[in-house]
Amino acid sequence: MTIDKSMNVLIVDDYKTMLRIIRNLLKQIEFNNVEEATDGADALAKLRAGNFGLVISDWNMVPMTGLQLLQEVRADARLKNMPFIMITAESKTENVVAAKQAGVSNYIVKPFNAETLKGKIEMVLNHA
Amino acid sequence: MRDTPGRSGGRSADPVLEQLAEARGRYSLENRDLVQEVVTAVLTTMSGDLNGHETTLLGEVEALGRTIAAAKQEIAALRVDDIRDHDIPSATDELDAIVEHTAVATNAILESCELLEGLGADVTGESAGKLQDAVTKIYEACSFQDITGQRITKVVTTLKTIEAKVAQIILAFGVQHAPPEIPEPAHVATDADLLHGPQLPNNAMDQSDIDKLLASFG
Repeated sequence: MTIDKSMNVLIVDDYKTMLRIIRNLLKQIEFNNVEEATDGADALAKLRAGNFGLVISDWNMVPMTGLQLLQEVRADARLKNMPFIMITAESKTENVVAAKQAGVSNYIVKPFNAETLKGKIEMVLNHA
Repeated sequence: MRDTPGRSGGRSADPVLEQLAEARGRYSLENRDLVQEVVTAVLTTMSGDLNGHETTLLGEVEALGRTIAAAKQEIAALRVDDIRDHDIPSATDELDAIVEHTAVATNAILESCELLEGLGADVTGESAGKLQDAVTKIYEACSFQDITGQRITKVVTTLKTIEAKVAQIILAFGVQHAPPEIPEPAHVATDADLLHGPQLPNNAMDQSDIDKLLASFG
């Protein structure tokens, strides 16, 4: 299955440097339409207003965490099937289980490499 | 069988209890400075009224009073006010500065990388691939700033907890100029309970562990 790399991708992280890193790594694999949000609430507003094909979100943010964002996305009739990848330093089993139960499409633990990011995106979008 | 408060129908026949009750009426136990004085007052009015067991018990109470007084002096000598008012705020400021400086440095590195990547478009052949790989590795390495920031946030949270505990110790032992008690916030289980931040290498799951766990969900 061919992946449409012209899709809009929303990246969510409260660290500006992390947003910049992910944006650059996405650009290397030819995803050039990337928008940024700095917390879950900002992301949710952008998702509801726009047309995105993929969300890549951190977990640990305020006021709305990545997990809460995921739950909101899955509860929204229009967004519920949105591919959603969590990229986080939270690496405990309970975190992965909670994210999976909330409907995460895939889970990447920080620090990660470009190959992992590319592989997970392909896996998620091929199953979308 | 000896009379006890529970068996005396409200009448305290025990001279020790009577004198403790009298002392309790005379001194407010809210005032920690009077604890030792109360113990001394009870002891000095009891001679001749005590049996062997009570003498042992009162000896222990007296020793406890001395221990409290000694602990109070030691805590005062530690200058816990300085820890609360200066040392901990200073440490948290320094840690915040580390986060800020690493962010500035990381952005400078990323900016240079983006420039190199732009210039790399004009490079051809094997060198182009090598340049691209090098830039990618720098991008990956720069994620240290996020991890470092989260680790430092954990340390700052710990320091703030210690700060609150120090304030409670000052209050409990009646050290002069103690601040008002900082109540423990009521615990409400939330998503925040799952926020542990980066784990130390020995405690962390790596990506392959997480992939296996995700796969176990079927």
